[in-house]
Amino acid sequence: MAILSKEEAQAILKKVIGFSKADACEVSLNGSDGGNIRYARNAVSTAGQISVMSLAVNSTFGKKTGTATINEFDDASLQKVVKRSEELAMLAPENPEYMPLLGPQDFPESTTYNAKTAAMTPDTRADMVAKSLEVSKAAKLEAAGFLENSTRFNSVMNSKGLFAYNKSTNVSFSVTVRNQEGTGSGYIEQDFNDLDKMDTLALSKIAAKKANGSAGAKAIEPGKYTVILEPLAASDMLGNMFRGFDARSADEGRSFMSKKGGGTRLGEQLFSENINIYSDPFNPELPSSTWDRDGLPNKRTQWVEKGVVKNLSYSRYWAAQKGAQPLPFNRSIVLEGGNQSLEELIKGTEKGILVTRFWYIRSVDPQTLLLTGLTRDGTFYIENGEIKFPLKNFRFNESPVIMLNNVEALGKPVRTGSGMIPPMKIRDFTFTSLSDAV
Amino acid sequence: MTGVGLTATMVQGMPAFGRQITVEEALTPVDVQLKKKMADIALNAARSKGASYADVRIGRYLNQVVSTRETRVDNISNAESYGLGVRVIANGSWGFAATNNMDNDSIAKAAEIAVAIAKGNAKLLTEKVQLAPQKGFGEVSWKTPIEINALEVPIPEKVAMLLEVNKEAMKAGAKFVNSNLFMINEQKYFASTDGSYIDQDIHRIWPNFTVTKVDSAGGKFETRNALSAPMGMGFEYLRPKDEEKIKGGPVTMYKKRYDILEDVKEAVAHVEEKLKAKPIAPGKYDLVLDPSHLFLTIHESVGHPTELDRVLGYEANYAGTSFLTLDKWESKKFNFGSKQVNIIADKTQPGSLGAVGYDDEGVKCGKWDIIKDGILVNYQTIRDQAHILGLKESQGCCYADSWDSIQFQRMPNVSLAPSKEALSAADMVKNVEKGIYMFGRNSYSIDQQRYNFQFSAQLAYEIKEGKIVGMFKDAAYQANTQEFWNSCVKCCGQDDFRLGGTFSDGKGQPGQASAVSHGSATTRFNGVNVINTGRRIG
Repeated sequence: MAILSKEEAQAILKKVIGFSKADACEVSLNGSDGGNIRYARNAVSTAGQISVMSLAVNSTFGKKTGTATINEFDDASLQKVVKRSEELAMLAPENPEYMPLLGPQDFPESTTYNAKTAAMTPDTRADMVAKSLEVSKAAKLEAAGFLENSTRFNSVMNSKGLFAYNKSTNVSFSVTVRNQEGTGSGYIEQDFNDLDKMDTLALSKIAAKKANGSAGAKAIEPGKYTVILEPLAASDMLGNMFRGFDARSADEGRSFMSKKGGGTRLGEQLFSENINIYSDPFNPELPSSTWDRDGLPNKRTQWVEKGVVKNLSYSRYWAAQKGAQPLPFNRSIVLEGGNQSLEELIKGTEKGILVTRFWYIRSVDPQTLLLTGLTRDGTFYIENGEIKFPLKNFRFNESPVIMLNNVEALGKPVRTGSGMIPPMKIRDFTFTSLSDAV
Repeated sequence: MTGVGLTATMVQGMPAFGRQITVEEALTPVDVQLKKKMADIALNAARSKGASYADVRIGRYLNQVVSTRETRVDNISNAESYGLGVRVIANGSWGFAATNNMDNDSIAKAAEIAVAIAKGNAKLLTEKVQLAPQKGFGEVSWKTPIEINALEVPIPEKVAMLLEVNKEAMKAGAKFVNSNLFMINEQKYFASTDGSYIDQDIHRIWPNFTVTKVDSAGGKFETRNALSAPMGMGFEYLRPKDEEKIKGGPVTMYKKRYDILEDVKEAVAHVEEKLKAKPIAPGKYDLVLDPSHLFLTIHESVGHPTELDRVLGYEANYAGTSFLTLDKWESKKFNFGSKQVNIIADKTQPGSLGAVGYDDEGVKCGKWDIIKDGILVNYQTIRDQAHILGLKESQGCCYADSWDSIQFQRMPNVSLAPSKEALSAADMVKNVEKGIYMFGRNSYSIDQQRYNFQFSAQLAYEIKEGKIVGMFKDAAYQANTQEFWNSCVKCCGQDDFRLGGTFSDGKGQPGQASAVSHGSATTRFNGVNVINTGRRIG
C-alpha cells in the first residue's frame, strides 16, 4: 500500500486538487516501506519494519498559505484535509517571500529504483547480518551493526498543472568490529540503491581487519601532518561544505561563500586547481531524483571547476531578488579524482597518517568552516609507502576549504554519505590533541 | 504498522511527526477510561498468546513550532502523532509491535505480532531477559506542574511575541534575527501486566533566537543565541520575574523565568562586542563556567559515559562505548573528579525536561548519586539491566520518543550539585589571575568513549587579576574528561543553581530523540588547555 505507482499517485493527487477552492493549491503524496535490523555483542538486538504514507496540502489565498497533512485516503478524509489547509491559510499572515506556483515541467525518469532492493524481507536482512556475524565470530571479535532498507515514492501536483513522481530504493549497512580486549576497533559503512552491490561479508572483513590492525596503537605528538583520508573520512569533512553552496546566505554576508566587501565568491578561485565538483542526478553510481521539492528539474551542474566557484544554488525567491536563474542543490555530488587506489596513494607517501573515518564533527566557526572532531576506528602511521603501526586517535581542528587548498593527490571516487568522494592525500592537516578512545 | 524485537537500545532530531491538526483538536485529550480499555485489550491478547510480561504505551505526542525571521513568519506547525505500542516478553525474549489503528482488532493484532516476534527472536537468544521486579501502582496519574498550558496560548500571541523580539533586535542594530518557539506535550498512558495504569501529561517549552551582525567591509559576521533554557514548564517560563534574574555580572542570567525581550537587546550589544573582540592567545587558563554553558559539558562528559547500555557495548556501532567500564565502578575508588564533584541523577527535579512521575516501563522515578565526592558510584539503568549492577529495582531511565519507538535506556537529568557554601559568581572570578568566563552553548565535540572533548561558548570574557576586562574571540577548551573534572576547584551555592538542557539528545539506530536537563551553579576549573580556533580562507 505504501508504495504507489505513478498512475495511482497521480489519480489521488488529481482528486485532491479537484477539491480545492484556493487561489493556488499544491499537494504532495509520499510513502515509504522498509525495515531494519540491529545487532550488538555479536547478537541481534532489535529488528523492525515500517510502512507509512502521508499527504500534505498547501493552500494559498493571495500570499497566505496554510498546510495540513493526513494519512487517511478515503474521499471524506481528502476533502477534510483540503478544507483544513484552506482554513489555516485564511488565518495565516502574508508571506512576503511567497512565489507563484510553477506550471508543468518536463522531468526525465530517474534511475533511483531497484526492484531487488524493494523486494527485501526480514529474512533477507537476517541473512545479511548472519554473514557479518560469521566474520566476527570466526575471528573472535565482537560486532555491532545496523542494516536498513527502504523503498520510497515522492509525488507532487499543483493547481497549475505541475506533476512530478519519483520512486527510489536504498539499502545501507554499517558495522563496528572490536577486539575482546577493547584495544582495537574497525568500521565500515556503505549504502546503495541496488542490493546486489551490497556484500556484508566482504565489508565486515574490512572492519575486522581494521579491528585487529588498530590494536596496540602508539601515541605520536599532535601537529600538522600529511594525511591520507579514506573516502569515508573525506566525505565526513566535506558534507557540511557542500550544503554551504547557497547564494542567499553568501549574499547576506554570513557564509564562507561571502565576499569581503559584499557579494559572493562566485567566480573566485577558492580551492586548489585540481578540485572539480559537480552534481548529476544520472550518475550511475549515485543516482538521485530528477526534480527538487520546489518543482525545479535537477540537472547536471558544475559547482567548482579547477578550484573556481562556478555556481551557487538559488531558491526561486532569491533568484528573483538577484535577477539570477533558480538552481536547486542536488545531493548527487561528485568530487572528481584520479585513477589511483588507496593503496597506491599510501605507496606514494613518505611520511603520513591514514585516517579511516572521523567522528563527532561539529562546526567551530561558520565563517571559515572550521570543524572539530576526532579520528575513529583505525588510524595508522605511514612511512616510506607502507603502513607501519596503528596510532592513537587524534582530535583535529581543520576547515574543508583549507583542506581543498592542500590537496597533493586524489584517488578514485567511491560512493559515500556525502557523494562520490575520492581518497585524498592532504598536506598540513591540523591535529590538536590526542584521545585515549578506542 | 511497526514490528520490532529487542534487547537493547538507540540517535537525532526532534521527534518525528505526525499529522497537522487544529489547535482545538490538540486541546482535547483522549478519555482515560478509553485508554484503559484499549490497554487491557493489548495486555490480554499478549497474555493469551503466551507472553510472560507485557506493557502497552498509548501515546499522543503534540508538537507546536512557531518560527520567524525579521518581519515575517517562517513556519507555524501544530502536529499530532497518536498510536499504541506493545512490548512483551515471550520465551525469555523481547518483542515489540505498534499500530495507529486504534480499533480493538488492530490493538489485539499488534500484541499478537509482538509475541510472534519475541518467539522468533528467542531462537537467537544468548541470554534470557532478566527483568527487575516492579510492583503495580494501580490507576495513577502525573502531570508536569505547569501554570499556563503553552498549547492554550493563542498562536497569534506567540507570533506577536516573536515578531516583537525581532523588532527589538533590528532596532538595536542586528542585521538578521531568527526566533523560534518549540512546545511539546506528551500525553502518555502506560499499562503493564504488573498491574499499573499510569496516565501522564508532560509539557516542555523552548524559546530561542539567533541574532546576527555583519561587518561587510571586514568580511566577518558574528551571532549570539538566546541564553534561555529549554524547560519542563508551561508558558509561564516566558513571563519574566525580577527575582528569577541574576544581574550584576557581564550578562543577565535567568532561572525559572526568562525575559526574551531583555535578552535579545543584550544579545545585539554582545554581537557588536564579539566583532571587536581580541583573538585569544592559546595556553592554560582558569575557566569560570556559567550553567548556560556547563550543562552541555556535563551532558557529554558525565551523562553519556554513565549510560549502562553504552558501557556494555549496545551503542558500539553508533554513539560508541564508554571509558567508565564496570571495573572502575566495582573498584569504588575511581576518582572521576575532585572532591567538589558531586553528580546527581534526578528524574523528579521540578522544571526539568526529564521530570516525569514514572518512566516508560512503569518505574516510579527518583534521585540517586552517580559521582559522590569525586568517585564513580553508579550508572543509569532500566529494568533489564538492574541485575548487572546488583540492584533490586530499576532506576527508572526508560524512555521512547514515540508510541512506535521501542523504549530503551535514556539519560535522566544529570546535574552537578552546588556548593553548600553560599558562594556567588563574583567569588569564582575574584582570585583568577588569567582566565575566561564562559556563557552559552556553542561548538561541542567528544570522542566515542568520552575521554577527549572540545567546547566553545556564545560569550567568552577575559578575566585578568580577578577582574573581567574584555571579550575574547576564537576560544575553545580541549580536555580529558577525568583531568577536567579533577581540575574543578569550586562551585557557587544553591542561589546560583540553574538548569540548562537539550530538546534533542540523539541515541540509537534508528535514531530516537529525548529531552534532558542538566543543572549546576557557576563553577571554576583551573589550568585548562585553551586553543585559538581562528583561521583564514580564500
